Amino acid sequence: MFVYEKKLLYPVKASSCNPKLAKYLIEQYGGSDGELAAALRYMNQRYAIPDKVIGLLTDIAMEEFSHLEMIAAMVFKLTKDATPDQIKEAGLEAHYVNHGSGLYYENAGGVPFNASYIAGKGDPIADLFEDIAAEEKARATYQYIIDLSDDPDLNDGLKFLREREIVHGQRFREAVELLKEDYGAKKVF
Amino acid sequence: MKQPTAKAMKTLEELQALDFALVELRLYLHTHPEDTEALKQYNETAEQRTELKGQVEAEFGSIAPNEPFTPGKTAGWSDDLWPWQL
Repeated sequence: MFVYEKKLLYPVKASSCNPKLAKYLIEQYGGSDGELAAALRYMNQRYAIPDKVIGLLTDIAMEEFSHLEMIAAMVFKLTKDATPDQIKEAGLEAHYVNHGSGLYYENAGGVPFNASYIAGKGDPIADLFEDIAAEEKARATYQYIIDLSDDPDLNDGLKFLREREIVHGQRFREAVELLKEDYGAKKVF
Repeated sequence: MKQPTAKAMKTLEELQALDFALVELRLYLHTHPEDTEALKQYNETAEQRTELKGQVEAEFGSIAPNEPFTPGKTAGWSDDLWPWQL
């Protein structure tokens, strides 16, 4: 089962109304290397992975859902006071026509979330290397958004998220090593 | 709804810091199960967390289900601001 705690993993602040920045951030909400894709990818891989990695996949999946909530909070704070003119200026008018001031799982180009963003090969090594690549892609995406952002308060939260991708990548690399030891001992497979 | 005081926000941030330490230690322990020092740190942090959570709930109301409602709050869950509204 799942239990929701009514607080963010890390505090989120925005210096000013900035719908343009929200448009970039949506990439990490419903984009190919975003937090929704990450959470769903790891949750779904748990059923064909050796027992010693299930706990890691579960906990990282849960953390990705809390990252997803942080991104949503950022988008909310950046857009809640936006006027129609500011929305148009930010290039968010197509989003507004379809979703009003609500959020939607889409990428920065407005393409809706797609399950093909997620791989699930049912092979422990293939899946873990997929996960390592996903973390590196998410890290790069956070860097690109930070490069475009001029909001120091928001960047604090984005830098936290960028660092978490690095840590997750490290833990997945260690999981690969643990499985390789078992390959050698012919314990699994 | 009224925004919380600076003191209340500080208490919440302290809980967020402890909980983040627990998240990080849990991930580390998955791949380093033999590290007794990290396990000790995890258990000590989890104990500190229990006490601090009570202080946060006194300010913000209940933050998690399946636990008694915060004393003095009727609904506890939906009366107060949500994380993105703070």
